[in-house]
Amino acid sequence: MQFDPFVIPFNIGLYFIVLYAVGRSVIWFRELSRADKLRLQRGFFGPAFAMSLKEIFMESLIHRKILKTNWRLGYMHMSLAFGWFLLIFFGTVEADVFGTKHLNAPYKAIFFRFFNPEHGRSGFEAAYGFLMDLILAFILSGLLLAVLKRFWSPAVGVKKTTKLGVSDKIALTSLWLIFPSRLIAESFTCGAYETGSFLTGSLGSFLASFLPTQEMAYPFWWLYSLSLGTFFILLPVTRYMHIPAEIFLIFMRNAGIRTGDRESSYSEVEVHSCSSCGICIDTCQLNYSAGINTIQSAYLMKGIRRNEDVKDIAENCLMCGRCDQACPVGIELYPIRMMERRRKSADHEYRNLYKGYLRSRFPLTPEKDNETPSYSYLAEESPEKADVLYFAGCMTHLTPSIKNSMVEILNASGLDYKFIDEKGGACCGRPLMLAGQDREARELINFNSQMIWKSGASMLVTSCPICYKVFRESYHLDVEVLHHSQFIKRLIDKEAISLKFLQKNVVYHSPCDLGRGSGVYEEPKEILKYVSRLEKSRYEDAESLCCGGSLGNLKLSSEQRRKIATDAANELTASCPDILATACPLCKKTFSSATSVKVSDISEIVAEALTKTSVPKYNALKALSKPEMANV
Amino acid sequence: MSRFGFTITKARFIDYESNDRRISEYISEMEPSFLRCIECGCCSATCTAAGFTKFSLRELNILIKRGENKEINKTIRKCMLCGKCTLVCPRGVNTRNVITLAKEAYQKAENHAV
Repeated sequence: MQFDPFVIPFNIGLYFIVLYAVGRSVIWFRELSRADKLRLQRGFFGPAFAMSLKEIFMESLIHRKILKTNWRLGYMHMSLAFGWFLLIFFGTVEADVFGTKHLNAPYKAIFFRFFNPEHGRSGFEAAYGFLMDLILAFILSGLLLAVLKRFWSPAVGVKKTTKLGVSDKIALTSLWLIFPSRLIAESFTCGAYETGSFLTGSLGSFLASFLPTQEMAYPFWWLYSLSLGTFFILLPVTRYMHIPAEIFLIFMRNAGIRTGDRESSYSEVEVHSCSSCGICIDTCQLNYSAGINTIQSAYLMKGIRRNEDVKDIAENCLMCGRCDQACPVGIELYPIRMMERRRKSADHEYRNLYKGYLRSRFPLTPEKDNETPSYSYLAEESPEKADVLYFAGCMTHLTPSIKNSMVEILNASGLDYKFIDEKGGACCGRPLMLAGQDREARELINFNSQMIWKSGASMLVTSCPICYKVFRESYHLDVEVLHHSQFIKRLIDKEAISLKFLQKNVVYHSPCDLGRGSGVYEEPKEILKYVSRLEKSRYEDAESLCCGGSLGNLKLSSEQRRKIATDAANELTASCPDILATACPLCKKTFSSATSVKVSDISEIVAEALTKTSVPKYNALKALSKPEMANV
Repeated sequence: MSRFGFTITKARFIDYESNDRRISEYISEMEPSFLRCIECGCCSATCTAAGFTKFSLRELNILIKRGENKEINKTIRKCMLCGKCTLVCPRGVNTRNVITLAKEAYQKAENHAV
């Protein structure tokens, strides 16, 4: 027996998905920019290829990163992905070795038991049967977890699981049916022929004791084939598209392609690589503090995939970057969200199931150039010349103690500095950028850039991480931009200021835009270690929390913000420190009203620790600048 | 004429019946905290843009609520969205969203979509 009609659904599904994956990959490749194409080609024939293969094995099959974050969820993903891979691999080998001939059609391997019911009675064949049963048991154990998770998510250690659409539900049901139907179909066949190993064999003989196995087996083989076929056909319009897309993504990323700030086929592949595992939902503070569970990145990715209007999802986010950091697939969620914020809502076409199979990317509407400037009232300024510029920023003006402390520190250092926004300057432009209004932001950037450029300074110090990030990333200045924590660290290293040790226990909260956003983790902590006893919190470095005050979110109400701030402050002050230290005026402002512990900015702590003993006037700016700092 | 600093305000007549309150309604529907505003003026006192030019969110709020929408479209674009007003607001009004929504509403009103 070499063929039976029940294999047709499986064959249709399989050939469809293979052709579809190849076709889509070709389209994705063709749409890459020229530079990215070259990168991918070079990566494909270089050492990046080996790296990619290793990563595909570790992440797409073993799911190492999910295992690290949550072993139960990781086991679930691993058993389904790696188990299925093993089943296909060993199944193919089995069909090749024990089958009637070599190089069989795929269905021969998948339905091996049906075509070779007498197989596996003794010796090596039985041992191989045992292995196949073991793999099937491995998958079924993961499937059990998956079903449990769907109905009672704490079972796998996740607070909330992702909500599904209709096509997702059909695909999920067919995925769930695949392995149990295989088990039952094989068991019936084994029961009829008295073969099979510990799982199929024993279940088969049990079923044979009271059921007509020969007749019962056939419908289940049909079910097995049908569920496989349905799953393959629905794969491109559901989250399971991540299975082929992630492989493509890993190759592209290892070749050095990055998201950038424009929509490209790379961002499209990223969006399709999201498996909705739900790790971003669990890390999101909006979820567990403010009770908002519709806007997490998994839903954003789903909305983009389905071509829905995701404006509300994209805007209701703190932009803290915690999900970006936690994503096991390594999707750059932050820039993708920014793209959606910049998009005008009219760009979207509404969902249509059949469109899901086609490419569904729409070009951004070009910015209108003829619009009148919004900030023409900003008069040109001619600032005094100075070596070091201090830009406090809007938020620092709301927390004057930070500003005053910085002035004190700058005075103590004896540097030739100029406080450029002492009487209130223009905004840095980042809040506008976060709201997706790039054209307006560019006007402010030009205004500030001119002022900085005219002052002839070589160093720009800012107290606000929000300003720091935009100065570094969007200003293209030829001066060195420092956050005040980096600046103070240099002053300490060069002994330009002298500090006494404060008998205080301090916990440090890393601000989002300074830590995850700009990668400045060490300097603030080193300063704090220098002047106080720094305690560790549960949320260090990349895992740090968001204070909830973020300017990234336009939609959050003040009550929800307070809830996030209180929860975060409680977590951080669990060890009852004397001071909750931070390096951001906005974090300070938000936390001050959320906790009874004293909240201080690093500059305030340093200003308090300043000794009044006369420090030799330190005028050599050169010693502070970068080349000499290289060895610090 | 010497300026004493005391001027007699010009007699004015605000007709709620005929004024266009669509924009105010759009904002209060999308951001209900807009209705909480007591017009205390903290937002205007701390405003970054107000340091450079005549711009007052308090005034804008009052005008929008009254439906006196003329010229507001241009004025509202002076806002830099820095967020100081949101932080100082004693009533917890999400002022940044109010401004964004106002801009949106004007855009839509121009396209006759509200």
